[in-house]
Amino acid sequence: MTWMRALLLGGVLLAGGLPALAGGAAAPARVADDWSAEERAVLASLHLARLPAAPPDRSNAVAGRPAAAELGRRLFGDARFSRNQAVSCASCHDPARQFQDGRAVGQGVGPGSRRTMTVLASNYSPWLFWDGRKDSVWSQALGPLEDAVEHGGNRLQYAHLMQAHYRQQYAGVFGAMPDLARLPRDASPLGTPVEQAAWRGMDQAARAAVSRIFANMGKALAAYQSTLQYGESRLDRYIAGVQGGDAAALGELQPREKRGLRIFIGKNACITCHNGPLFTDQHFHNTGIAPRLAGRPDQGRSAAPGKVTGDEFNCLGPYSDAQPEQCGELNFMAGDDPHMRGAFKTPSLRNVALRPPYMHAGQLVTLAEVVRHYAAAPASAFGHSELKPMKLTEQELGDLAAFLAALTGPVVERPPR
Amino acid sequence: MMKNVCSMLALAASLSACMAPPAGLDLALTRPSDEKKYLVAVHALADPIAINQLHAWEIKLSTPGGEPVTHARIGVDGGMPQHGHGFPTRPRVTRELGEGRYLLDGMKFSMTGWWELKLAIQAAPGADKITFNTVIALPQEAKR
Repeated sequence: MTWMRALLLGGVLLAGGLPALAGGAAAPARVADDWSAEERAVLASLHLARLPAAPPDRSNAVAGRPAAAELGRRLFGDARFSRNQAVSCASCHDPARQFQDGRAVGQGVGPGSRRTMTVLASNYSPWLFWDGRKDSVWSQALGPLEDAVEHGGNRLQYAHLMQAHYRQQYAGVFGAMPDLARLPRDASPLGTPVEQAAWRGMDQAARAAVSRIFANMGKALAAYQSTLQYGESRLDRYIAGVQGGDAAALGELQPREKRGLRIFIGKNACITCHNGPLFTDQHFHNTGIAPRLAGRPDQGRSAAPGKVTGDEFNCLGPYSDAQPEQCGELNFMAGDDPHMRGAFKTPSLRNVALRPPYMHAGQLVTLAEVVRHYAAAPASAFGHSELKPMKLTEQELGDLAAFLAALTGPVVERPPR
Repeated sequence: MMKNVCSMLALAASLSACMAPPAGLDLALTRPSDEKKYLVAVHALADPIAINQLHAWEIKLSTPGGEPVTHARIGVDGGMPQHGHGFPTRPRVTRELGEGRYLLDGMKFSMTGWWELKLAIQAAPGADKITFNTVIALPQEAKR
């Protein structure tokens, strides 16, 4: 910044002579679009180039292997892995729609109760799902497969499908699959009463072998999903312009978007939680969003710690590749924080304009409604909202919503760094 | 580290993105405990502290006379007083490192601004408490 200031002062000297310098000396030096040095530091913190490599998932030994990612890519789009052979991961996480479905709540073999989240950049999240009830992408990927209203299938059905259609590819990544011929067609610890009974009828070694195949499906899916990331947006080009003093890049944002950006990074504003290059603190907050069904509030994060600690597919479980001390997030999870009542994950705002409707159950349809909600800061139906009202004019609300569209960029597929 | 936090305060305090910490906040990371039973020093084992990354701190306990205090039980709490929330994690002392030093693991700061780190100490000299203040700033350009 020092050299930039020196350049600017030099420019002022050349252009305006000493009086201009004297005027500039009283106030902090300002450059492109009148951003102060402090604001420029904030803008720099949002630039996509500032995104570090994703934290390695020690619980998934194949997370960075191209062969695992290729197997995961095929599984992601394979609708045979469902009760009705019609639902794949891609059904709700549609690659043509930002890896989400545009619906208020997901629609698998039945109607879901929460908004489908995009899988983009999910490998940056220590906790997955709106309530963070999973502690890795691979473990997350297993949840919908056995959920009664999502894929609706069962563990043994999936193991048989893997053996029938992916035997060689699986062996190339995870080693030879055990023989499943003598096992039932359908069985799962989470399925229908009949499937659960069949599961109980299997011996411990067979159950573990099947769960291992199932866990490995998740690990392959995670390897694929980790390749799906956000690309550069107009905001990134604008910030680079601000940092480098490139006048042409300053035109990447319209005046109203710049005004919206100023509100976004303002005191107690959006950036408090939507921070960093992914515009998320990866944490959970109660922001007073009305429940999807009036009178039936969703507990959000506060119901999740028990689920993740009891999950056989967590970082400390038998199917994890991590050493126990590598499971820092789980080992130091805040399990009983009262602020987590009715709290939901802060989603990334990259490409947010392409992903209506908004919030954990699609309660708000447009970005205009979203910014209005955050400015109004209504009380929460369950727990306590962290929001404080913001006094914004109609124009400022519009500017803020307009700014959010400047965060749109391409989806890029790249191998884990 | 102490120098680091202090030098960043000027920048952090004026950042429009975060609420300014109160003026005169004591940012010293070596201080006597509330009832002066201990001299407590803390420092992060990550430098700079990155937002949203798990990391560890070290706590050093001594008597006011400078003798190391061993076998202490140390309770950990804290958060952001201006936002009314705690740490995103549940940090705790996981190991005694010898010579009055203790490993505080599982620390994480989810945003910039003023954070409190509260320690409740129980050892031979008796029970005492201390609250440290730290201001987490954005990473500095020059460090990258």
